[in-house]
Amino acid sequence: MNNATSLDVKTYAETMAEALSLPLTPEYAPEVEANITLAFRLLQLVLDFPLHDEAEPAPVFTAEVMRT
Amino acid sequence: MTQWTHEPAHEIAKAVRNGAVTARQVAEQHLSLIAARNDGLRAFTDITANRALEKADAIDAAHAQGLKLPPLAGVPFAVKNLFDIAGLVTRAGAKINRDYAPASADATLVARMEAAGAVLLGALNMGEYAYDFTGRNAHDGHARNPHDTERMTGGSSGGSGGAAAAGLAAITLGSDTNGSIRVPASLCGLFGLKPSYGGLSRAGTFPFIASLDHVGPLARSVKDLALAYDAMRGADPLDPVCTNGTAEPVTPSLEGGLAGLRIKRAGGYFTRMGDTQAFAAVDTIARALSADASIELPEAHRARAAAFIITMIEGSSLHRDRIRERPQDFDPEVRDRLVAGAMLPGDWYVKAQKFRRWYQAEVMKLFQETDLILAPATPTSAPLVDQKTFVLDGQTLPVRPNLGIFTQPISFIGLPVVAVPVWPAQGMPIGVQIIAAPGKEALALRAAYWLECQGIAQAKVAY
Repeated sequence: MNNATSLDVKTYAETMAEALSLPLTPEYAPEVEANITLAFRLLQLVLDFPLHDEAEPAPVFTAEVMRT
Repeated sequence: MTQWTHEPAHEIAKAVRNGAVTARQVAEQHLSLIAARNDGLRAFTDITANRALEKADAIDAAHAQGLKLPPLAGVPFAVKNLFDIAGLVTRAGAKINRDYAPASADATLVARMEAAGAVLLGALNMGEYAYDFTGRNAHDGHARNPHDTERMTGGSSGGSGGAAAAGLAAITLGSDTNGSIRVPASLCGLFGLKPSYGGLSRAGTFPFIASLDHVGPLARSVKDLALAYDAMRGADPLDPVCTNGTAEPVTPSLEGGLAGLRIKRAGGYFTRMGDTQAFAAVDTIARALSADASIELPEAHRARAAAFIITMIEGSSLHRDRIRERPQDFDPEVRDRLVAGAMLPGDWYVKAQKFRRWYQAEVMKLFQETDLILAPATPTSAPLVDQKTFVLDGQTLPVRPNLGIFTQPISFIGLPVVAVPVWPAQGMPIGVQIIAAPGKEALALRAAYWLECQGIAQAKVAY
């Protein structure tokens, strides 16, 4: 699914639009599909990079006394 | 008579303090120029003339009473229209937001600029919801580059670039999630400061990507950037990431020169995918700063990709209800990216945020051996307003997402950057990023100020 070359982007977009109640008219569809294709290509660069299970995401939540 | 629209902010403030001009005269000159040029430039979307003149009169009254005037007394400024201005609807470049209630209070940075004596002239055009590198806007008209109105300003802070370059305001505020201060600074030939993540308060601004959003100034002089930063810095309990109440002022060290600064240029990723002008500008700055060695930001291409993924998913999450309910009211160029982003799995986001931490740790190691890193700000100078593609390294690529290829890997980890403009013998300017470690804005500004004093980097008013 993450390989943009084998992904049926049109089917993916139509399925996700229906599942998530997103607008996808014939007017929007070509650009939406182009953006999904681009996202999958860029995602591959991120997924290909090895990270340990212990890797922490960048944002850090701090439990602190609430300011009033 | 002096044309105060062509003077930098620090000269205006000095003249107001000295009594060489009144704040009202300065404000009136700027309002007249806005009236004459704004239709062609599409820089301002809202003009707060009454508020400006009232503020100017208050400054003149204080001066007449012999009171000490604040550092930006009488300096005209304007803000990207995602900053709240009390009584105005915060457009955020969107048609939809015009149906929302007007802001009940000013954004923190608007209030801090006014507290420092600056005079608010109004709100500035921007790419819809800041999801943009071009300055194009389907609702308010495309912002036009004052140095060549057939060309784009860059975005998303397009009006911020256009207004400062045309002399419509001495200082403008913009936001920068992936490059939206540095791109218009580059294309409009301005100095721009994207501070450290959390360095300036975002409270009272319409958000885009909370984990990447920055705000900061654009201006025609480095000293003006420093004065504005110092006027606005400081923690704000209303912005959970703006917590550093001890950030040092940057103005006192501005004239410190280059002594002791270790400066290198970014290699690898930052030497490809740009045109000859972009790299020649870096050569010019590097030569002047004796930055002979290169340094590699590891995996910068993946950093750009991860920033892109985070932006798509966070942005779509923010606008999900608006996409569902009013898709026809979006700028199509923005809507289609947001619809696509809403279809992406959440685990992509987490992976990108984990990579972000790894990348931050690696880049921070570089700052043990260097203080400043130089990189292009944009891959080309300003494209034509309606230009959809350009050729980079032999590849035909869309302009809109790719104007920020050199800025995204830097803001991704919140590093402070000063964009400095370099002009060719003929033609349009282009910017170079001077990148520092978090909290080290003062070092980047010192180098930028030195370059400006040498005449190597400079901003010009477009006539």
